[in-house]
Amino acid sequence: MAERLVGQDITPDDLHAKITGRAKYAEDFKVDGMVFAKLLLSPMPHCRVRRIDASAALAMEGVIDILTAADIPATDAPGEACLTMEPHYEGEPVLAVAAVDETTAADAIEAIRVDFEPLPFVLNPLDSLRPNGPNARLDGNTMVGREISTIKWTEEDFAAAPEGAMPMGEPSAEWSVGDIESGFGEADLILDETIVHQSLTHHPMEPRTTLAYWRNGKLHMHTSTQSLARTHGALAGMLDMDLEDIVVVGEFCGGGFGSKIAGSVHMLIPAYLSRKINRPVMMRINRYEETYIGRARPGFQARVKIGFRADGRITAMDMYILNDGGPYGRSGDYMSAGSTASLTYTPLNQRHRGVGVYTNTPPKAAQRGPGGAQIIGMLEPLMDKAARELGIDRLELRRLNAPDPDVRFGPNQGGLTSVFVKEAIDQGAELFGWEERTARSGERNGSRVTGIGVGVSPYTAGSSGFDGLLVIRTDGKVYIHQGVGNLGTHSVVDTARAAADVLGVSWDDVEILWGDSSRNVPWSSVQAGSQTTFAHTRANHAVGSAAKRLLQEIAARDLGGAPGDYDVADGRVFRRSSPSTGMSFAQAASRAVELGGRYSGHEVDEDLHDMTKAAVANLAGQGLVSAARDNYPREGGVQSWVVGFAEVELDTETGQVDIKKYTAVADCGTVLHPRSLGGQILGGSVQGMGMAMSQKWVFDPTWGVAFAKRLYTARPPGILDVPIDMEWAAVDLPDPQNPVGPKGIGEPPVGAGSAALTSAIADALGGRCLCRTPLTPDVILAEIEGRPPAYGPLDLHV
Amino acid sequence: MAVIRDMIPAFELFQPTSVEDAIALLDRYGEDGWVLSGGLDSFDWFKDRIKRPTAVVDLVNLDELRGVRSNGDGVEVGALTTLTDVATQPELMSSYGVLADAAARIATPQIRNRGTLGGNLVQDTRCWYYRGGWPCYRAGGNTCYAASPTAMNREHCIMGSSRCVAVNSSDTASALIALDAQCVIVGPRGERVVAAEDFFMRPSVDIERMTVLNPGELLTAVRLPARWAGQRFYYEKVEDRKAWDFALMTVASAMRMNGGTIEEARLAVNGVAPYPVRLTEAESLIRGQVPSDDLGMRAGDLAVARAQPLRHNDFKVPLMRNLVRRAVRGVED
Repeated sequence: MAERLVGQDITPDDLHAKITGRAKYAEDFKVDGMVFAKLLLSPMPHCRVRRIDASAALAMEGVIDILTAADIPATDAPGEACLTMEPHYEGEPVLAVAAVDETTAADAIEAIRVDFEPLPFVLNPLDSLRPNGPNARLDGNTMVGREISTIKWTEEDFAAAPEGAMPMGEPSAEWSVGDIESGFGEADLILDETIVHQSLTHHPMEPRTTLAYWRNGKLHMHTSTQSLARTHGALAGMLDMDLEDIVVVGEFCGGGFGSKIAGSVHMLIPAYLSRKINRPVMMRINRYEETYIGRARPGFQARVKIGFRADGRITAMDMYILNDGGPYGRSGDYMSAGSTASLTYTPLNQRHRGVGVYTNTPPKAAQRGPGGAQIIGMLEPLMDKAARELGIDRLELRRLNAPDPDVRFGPNQGGLTSVFVKEAIDQGAELFGWEERTARSGERNGSRVTGIGVGVSPYTAGSSGFDGLLVIRTDGKVYIHQGVGNLGTHSVVDTARAAADVLGVSWDDVEILWGDSSRNVPWSSVQAGSQTTFAHTRANHAVGSAAKRLLQEIAARDLGGAPGDYDVADGRVFRRSSPSTGMSFAQAASRAVELGGRYSGHEVDEDLHDMTKAAVANLAGQGLVSAARDNYPREGGVQSWVVGFAEVELDTETGQVDIKKYTAVADCGTVLHPRSLGGQILGGSVQGMGMAMSQKWVFDPTWGVAFAKRLYTARPPGILDVPIDMEWAAVDLPDPQNPVGPKGIGEPPVGAGSAALTSAIADALGGRCLCRTPLTPDVILAEIEGRPPAYGPLDLHV
Repeated sequence: MAVIRDMIPAFELFQPTSVEDAIALLDRYGEDGWVLSGGLDSFDWFKDRIKRPTAVVDLVNLDELRGVRSNGDGVEVGALTTLTDVATQPELMSSYGVLADAAARIATPQIRNRGTLGGNLVQDTRCWYYRGGWPCYRAGGNTCYAASPTAMNREHCIMGSSRCVAVNSSDTASALIALDAQCVIVGPRGERVVAAEDFFMRPSVDIERMTVLNPGELLTAVRLPARWAGQRFYYEKVEDRKAWDFALMTVASAMRMNGGTIEEARLAVNGVAPYPVRLTEAESLIRGQVPSDDLGMRAGDLAVARAQPLRHNDFKVPLMRNLVRRAVRGVED
């Protein structure tokens, strides 16, 4: 019997290609006759394009044509189009030029005259909420329900806020559970804090480059995307085309972090341009453009009021969050922050309010732990503050408020498939040495002082109901088709183990087909929300089980007995009572071809998605073709957890912070792939560390334009910014609602890494919480020196 | 005309094989010529299409400007010596450690492999208004955007401004001033030698230049005097990240000790003014004194006495005070 693959370290097939540079990303493809596109970006945060004069550019040798908003279908507000005549942020693409090479295209852009009429703009949500404040959009400054709307607070709302505290007027959304006032009535300690979390660009290493061409009526797209099947579906929707008329190739993706969930709207530019000029168009996006169009995490300005009982139990939590929403869409980070807080601290009473305010800053999208990562990073040092004031251990306060498996949380009071956060806290405390280390908190060594921090961070970790598809070909190998995108987490490979384990085959006898919609892929989840591991271990388990049933039936039909008399292992289906009676997978696959019908893919289950049915139709007759929908029951949402612990040394003379140690323990169900899991836990934590410590964007408030557009000014963390001493572990208890056991893990580590540091820094400062990110040396030093803070308590984009 | 960034426009490339030829080329092209060494500063400007020379004179073949050699009174470091070599060259490490330390803290290993000592000294400011192509004083315009009451100027200067509030970003400049280094400049009219502290241009003199190099002149070498070899040094760089960051501030000190007292001291700070600042008053204060935290504190207070922070950079005042304090305290036995 082949060794169970789930839980093993297996080097993913694509790793060598990535390391050696053979991996082909979108910009590595070339097609005969290919030309290049460059973009003309808006120089203003909000304006109207009155006139475009491209005559000089079009007269240049090598310039082929331009594409403007006039060439593409209109988009319904507040949706985003790939090109616009009313840019809503500096850097928004206005037009594209196609030329024989990029140099020519760039020179052509400079030869184009555009007459921009400036329009009112706003960067800071609070400014838009002022009685006569500007709106980011001509049609409003927020969404109420599904309507674009305008909310203005009154002078009285602003006057009612104490000095430095965030005012709170009419919200655009709110929910509550229990009775917030009686909750505060029971509290022995009430904190009322104003916090600011900066907005953050995603900065994937690979920008969102796309090559598009049309051949025999079919659109071929090579693009950088997190998901494959779902990008295929999204393209068909956006272009109003049939799935079979589009081929999407996305073999590798150099990071997305939520910014390329189903590709991006700008991938349409080369598609339209190619159709217009009838030549293949390569649009390579550079770092400068990526910073504008590459999405960002919304910043928060928030007021947080929390009531604690003397024993540390949270009796009431009242939050009001302003969401720096960018100009388009419906960014919901401010609402998911409320659910995440509800789950993490299970307050006995909670009210959550907020306004998602449109701003003339680059568009926002989900970024790894959207909403949750921001709020956990800001709330955890407040938990420390309460523990300090109440004289109880900080970890004890978290244990006391942490959920049990029967938790009900959030506006809908939904439950979860599993919760093992208390186990993770305990395991982490042991591994990190919480007792010994906190004994040293505040210890001074010259100008340096030690701080110890902890962050408890959940995030969504699964969905269900997707399809699995595999073929056992007549060579005896199992070909597992994955509609999952290869976004760098290994889930495109690792989730296939579930099918292989059910079939008892060794990994050498498994081939995975991925990265190209023409390879016949099944309907899949998006590679976002950390859904994939849970969703597609289930889907692959389902299809593996379906294939096994077909093998059993074929064996029983040929060799006698009932299907249930047969088992599978080592590439054979055999009779349990006499293992020598059986047939190889190769023989069974040949028989499946002969038998036809549901054995060879000529008949399929009705409940499969159309995309899967089409894929099966293409594969029919190639062997034993099995497709199945994940119909396993599921009750409740799926969430994973990471508990992060950090020790820092803060230099009180410079404000610089050294991270000395970081430990993280995850509750993410059964461990599917240890080495990859470690990469996700620590990699996500590092992303959170950057969020807490250095990463930012900066806008000039007068002109509305961005500054931190280069990696060296945006400052994501580098390898020297993270400790050598990092370790991880997992609780490794199976989720009972996944037959394979794992849950997703991509997102929860970000909040853990961020919060462990905001908590540790507050600890090093003797409990003073700066309530702002990033905690750069200037902010820390001003606090230590008692100097006037460099920024107002509600300043954003600084 | 529309603006496009991050795409280098075409230019004519020259790769002369002698300093003479390089100077002749620069002389021929004047304002339209550009000196290229490691390219870390140049390519940023080229990519953003803001500086658009027609002729680029690449110094890559000038081997004579590479390396460290003794010259009778200390050593001479060729301007094209890479920052990696400056950081790891044994004689620099043992005798002029403050410079080796400074070079080692620059950017990243990749950038240090490409970047040169000369390039690090002559680099342009990183003021993001100026680098963004805004028509400011330094770019020939008639305002400073970074000094406005709402400007984002956390990284800008707290002293020495004159219309322009940008800072000099060289990490090696403070170390070279502490070492009393001499800069060797060759131009169409021959060679001249300028003390490191005089190499950097005050905006009050010429707001469009960072150094005293005239068009057509090359910085060919930096001389480190024997007088300061092996003395007591201190160097520190404060930055937002631990690599790949321009300094918020650097401090460098060199001290000649006599028994327990400071016989002679040189102190320099960069990141506080449009040019690296030598702290002569603080030097006088500590001369003849025994190094201590208290002495450092007094030197630091003196150093920041005339600081005038902008809206977002008040933190540089305590930071400068503390760094000077550490540079003095740092040689405590």
